[in-house]
This record gives sequence, structure tokens and C-alpha cells, in this order.
Amino acid sequence: MELAFAINIIAFVIASTFRAATPLIFASLGGVFSERSGVVNIGLEGIMLFGAFFGMLGSYFTHNPWFGVFLGVLVGGLIALIHAFLSVDLKANQVVSGVAINLLATSATAFLLQKVFHTTGQSSSVPKVKDWQIPFLKEIPFLGEAIGKLNPLVYLAVGLVFLSSYFLFKTTYGLRLRAVGENPEAAETVGISVRKIRYGSVVVSGFLGGLGGVYLSLGQMDLFREYMSAGKGFIALAATIAGKWNPKGAFLACILFGFAEAMEGQFQLLGMNIPKHFLHMLPYVLTILLILGLVGRSVAPAASGIPYEGRK
Amino acid sequence: MAKNKSAMIVVAVLLVVVVVGAGFFIFRGPKETEEILTSAGLKVAMVTDVGGLGDKSFNDAAYDGLKMVEAEIGAEIKVVESSKMEDYVPNLKSLADQKYDMIWAIGFLMTDALAEVAEMYPEQKFGIIDAVVEQDNVHSVVFKEEEGSFLVGVVAGIDSKSQKVGFVGGMEFPLIQKFEAGYLAGVKAANPNAKIYTAYAGAFDDPAKGKELAASQFNIGADIVYHAAGATGLGVIGAAKEKGAGYWAIGVDKCQHAEGQVGEENYVLACMMKRVDVGVHKATIEALNGDFTGGVTELGLAEDGVGVCEAAEETASAEALAKVEEFKTKIVAGEFVVPTNPKDVN
Repeated sequence: MELAFAINIIAFVIASTFRAATPLIFASLGGVFSERSGVVNIGLEGIMLFGAFFGMLGSYFTHNPWFGVFLGVLVGGLIALIHAFLSVDLKANQVVSGVAINLLATSATAFLLQKVFHTTGQSSSVPKVKDWQIPFLKEIPFLGEAIGKLNPLVYLAVGLVFLSSYFLFKTTYGLRLRAVGENPEAAETVGISVRKIRYGSVVVSGFLGGLGGVYLSLGQMDLFREYMSAGKGFIALAATIAGKWNPKGAFLACILFGFAEAMEGQFQLLGMNIPKHFLHMLPYVLTILLILGLVGRSVAPAASGIPYEGRK
Repeated sequence: MAKNKSAMIVVAVLLVVVVVGAGFFIFRGPKETEEILTSAGLKVAMVTDVGGLGDKSFNDAAYDGLKMVEAEIGAEIKVVESSKMEDYVPNLKSLADQKYDMIWAIGFLMTDALAEVAEMYPEQKFGIIDAVVEQDNVHSVVFKEEEGSFLVGVVAGIDSKSQKVGFVGGMEFPLIQKFEAGYLAGVKAANPNAKIYTAYAGAFDDPAKGKELAASQFNIGADIVYHAAGATGLGVIGAAKEKGAGYWAIGVDKCQHAEGQVGEENYVLACMMKRVDVGVHKATIEALNGDFTGGVTELGLAEDGVGVCEAAEETASAEALAKVEEFKTKIVAGEFVVPTNPKDVN
């Protein structure tokens, strides 16, 4: 009995960790793509919020959650396009542009919510992306509970980690993208278009940020709530840095953060006598420790955050 | 440099869009104000806390109370929504300057703000929900949440098949602990063998956290989870819906059965009603009739200030509802006192 109980808890914690980590994984992959190409994307937080809102809206109007996913991702990419235009073509300060996007997202989504639903706070409930029950895998005692009954978007997030890693480190395009982020001048001398690569990477980071947002409104919940991103975009950026701008590293950082969130609930459940306010802090304290260099020194792509002025 | 300049212009334009958008959102409906100022007669206003209208909870309920006043005696009503904590004092002051007959501050988060403003305007009549401000010109309305929570605890104790139930609170402070204490006592009174899990989310606006906490309680055998967590609690209801047949959430403040409906099935077992509307309505009518009194009104089961919603008749068992009536009579008669601190429940 005791053993079965413990196994049950462990399986739940694993599933819960994945659920909490998923939005962060999407957004931190977005951070990796953008920063590897030399563009800092502080606006991921706002892009997530836009993704969450338009994902909900797409599902609300068509009653098809997958159309919502599509719309949320698309809008995420469009917002990122603004960031790309500002930071690549206009060579604006990338942090300022990102902050502008975050501010815009908070008020624009609240405003649109009011216009569409005539209410503040949250939308009504919409069709959500249903969890998968993977045949055979779900039958296996421990594994089934841990990883056999998750949301499709969770599996997508994990798949994208490996795909991104392969793309960045094993393909020519990945090499070019990294070259642009390290030394754009050298990249341009060999005929790579810095502008195209940076535009592409920022828009991809917008797609990924949008996916992270869509997961919040359609995967985890079935509604949009004002400011439901609640700082997850920033935590994802922290994971990007802690993971040394490497998809797999960022993935591990997100998993660690998700684990801390999952444990917060379990500690309370098992009646451990730890002050609850401390438990609520746990994931954030962990983030700070991570960035402070628990993982060792991490070096940013050399040209990250610096607008490319063209060959001198 | 030219490029840098145009960049600055684009950023400036973006910022203007943001500001205008935010302005639209915050200051919508200035027309209302003018109408009220030009009309003679009685004027009542309320200031919401950051939850705002549409919280499907006490801000909405308070507004319902004002609408009842409007329908009944034709008083002018006005709502001012606070978008952040720093707005409480200016919002209250601006209404006091406009000399409303009665001004409501909704929610305990506004306690300090109201205490400050009430002192500046000693002639102005104020009311506050869920908190006590000890000044002669403030009427404080508080509820015996523990009594209503006790009754839904009785429902949970009897209707739980697994003999295990859960509780998810928003933040751990005395007001929410009253819900917890009442619920714990109710479950124990109806079913001394039941096991109760409790958890706090640390936030009132994080449905995802609420869902995860409820799911963790369902995971270890609970089949009914009560929430006192505002919007976080929507996640608790979401977790019950996702878990499917045999799992239930218990709603709070307003009747939340609508949130638990999936097709033909409903996953909300019962709701602890807190009649903020009744409190606001009663105190406002008194004030407008010239019977305003400072001090504290406590609304419990006896005053119909709290209770179990009628929709529970569709979902809860007849046995549970009979037991609820039995305990209700005892509590109203004063034979049974519900504890307000979880530490006092044994």
C-alpha cells in the first residue's frame, strides 16, 4: 500500500512537472532562436499573452481548438515581426522594443477581452485541446500515469526541443544562424544575409512564444485570463540563459522549474510543515540560483543585442 | 543616425498606441459620470478592488446589490473599477469630492485605503465589505463564511465515496482560513472518518495553479474539492471537469454551477453562497433612509448572508441536503458554534 502510494505520487509529480514546464519550454526555445541570431527578445512575455488570447479567440469562434492553436501561433509570429522590423531594419534598442510589446500585450488583450466578451477578468470557457491517451503506453502502470496521458502540446514541446537542437547544430541553416549571432560581419562576407536570418529567427521565436501562450489558454485551461502569462516569458528567458542558449540546456532548466512548481503542491499535500510562503517562492528562488551560475559560466552569443550596422 | 531616429519614432508611436489603448480600457464610459452629476436625487457608488467587474465573485455580487437599490428606489449608481492597488485612495477621494450619498469599498484589500479616506471626509458615509474599519462614518459588513463553509463541508463529508476530500485556498490569511476552518469542521461533523487535504495556491488569479493543486488532491484519492480562491478556483472546477464522472468541485461566493457544466453533466456539487449583494443592498437602503450607522454588521446563516445555493438540489444527495438543514437549524439557534481558525478544528 505504502509503496503503491509513493509510486502514484512520483508518477503524478512527473506529469505535473511536464505540464508546468511546457509553456516555458516553448518560450525558451523562442529565446534560443532569437538570441542565437543576435536579437534579444524580451517581448516573449507579451507574445505569449497575445498567443494565449488569440488561441482562445480562435477556439471560441470556430469551436475548433486546433484552429485556435493555429491562430495563436500566427499572431505570435506577427507580433514578433514588429519586433524584427524595429530591431533589424530600424536598429532600435531591442530591449525597449521588447518592453513596448509587453506593455502593448497587457493592455491590448485586456481591451479586446472587454470588447469581445463584455467583461473584465476572464473570458468564458471555450473548447480546449484535449489530453491524449496514448494507446499501450497508458496501460503500463507507472509510465502510463507519468507520461502516457498528457496534453498533445506537451509532447510537441519535447519534440521541438530535439528538432531545434538538430536544426541549430546539425544543419547548414543552423550554422548560418549561429554565425550571424556570433559575428554578423564575417557571416555577411561569406554571402549570408544577416537581415533575412534575423527576421526568420525572430519570427520563429514569435511562433514558439505564441505556442507557449496557446498552451496556457487551451492546453492547461479552457479560457483566457488577463495577464495569464504571469511572468512566464521572463522565466523562460532565464531558462534560455541558464541553458547556455542551447535547446537541450534550456529544456532542462524549464524541467527543473516545473519540478519546483510540482513539488510546491506535493509538499502541502503531504502535510510537511514548511511555511507556505516559502514554498510559493521556491520556483523563483531556484531561477535566481540557476542564473547566478549554479550551472557554470554561460556566455551569450557575441552579437546578441547589437544591431548590425552593415559592413564598414 | 537617420535610421535610429525613425526607430525612435516607431517606438514612440507604439507607446502612444499602448497608452491610448490602456486609456480606453481604464477610462471607458465617462458619459456615465456626467449623467449622474446632472441628475438630482440619491447617488450611490462603489469602488471595486483589483479583481474588477466580471470576477464572477464579490465585485459582481456587490454590483448586483447596487442594481437592486437602483431598481427599488431609483437611486443613481456608479461603479469605479480599480486597475491597481494605488488607485484605491484616489478613486475613493474623487467619489467623496462628488458628494455621493453612500460610497462602497469592495473587499478587504481596500481596508487601509478606506481608513485613510474616511478620516479625510468625516461627513461622508462609507461602507466596506469583508473588513472592519473602526470609524463613525464607516459601515463595515462582514460575513460568517465559516458557517456557509461548514454546510458545504457537510455535503462533501456525506457525498464523498472515497471518504477523502480536499480544499484549495487562495492565500493563507485569516479571511480565507475562516472558509477552511468551517469546511474542516463540517466534513468532520458529517463524517468523522473522512480524510481532508488542504493546499494554498498563494494567488487568487492563477487558475493553472488551482487546477494542478486540485488534480494532486484527486490523484491521491479525494473526490470532492472545495475552493475559496477566486479565479484560481476556476482551475479547481476545471480539474474536476477533466477528471470526469465521480469527481466534484464545490464553488464559492456565487452560484458557480454554470462554470461546471459540460454538455449534460455538471461537476459542481454545491456552492457556498456569500450574499454580498444582500449586505450591500440592506446597508445602502438604511443609509439612504437616514438610518446610517457606523459599526459592524455580521451576516451569517441566521441573516441569510451565507448559505448553500439552490442548484445543489440537482447535484448533491438528498441525504446530504437533509443533514445541511439539520445543522443549519442548530447553528441558527446558537446550539452549535463553527470555529473560525483551522487550528481550533479537531
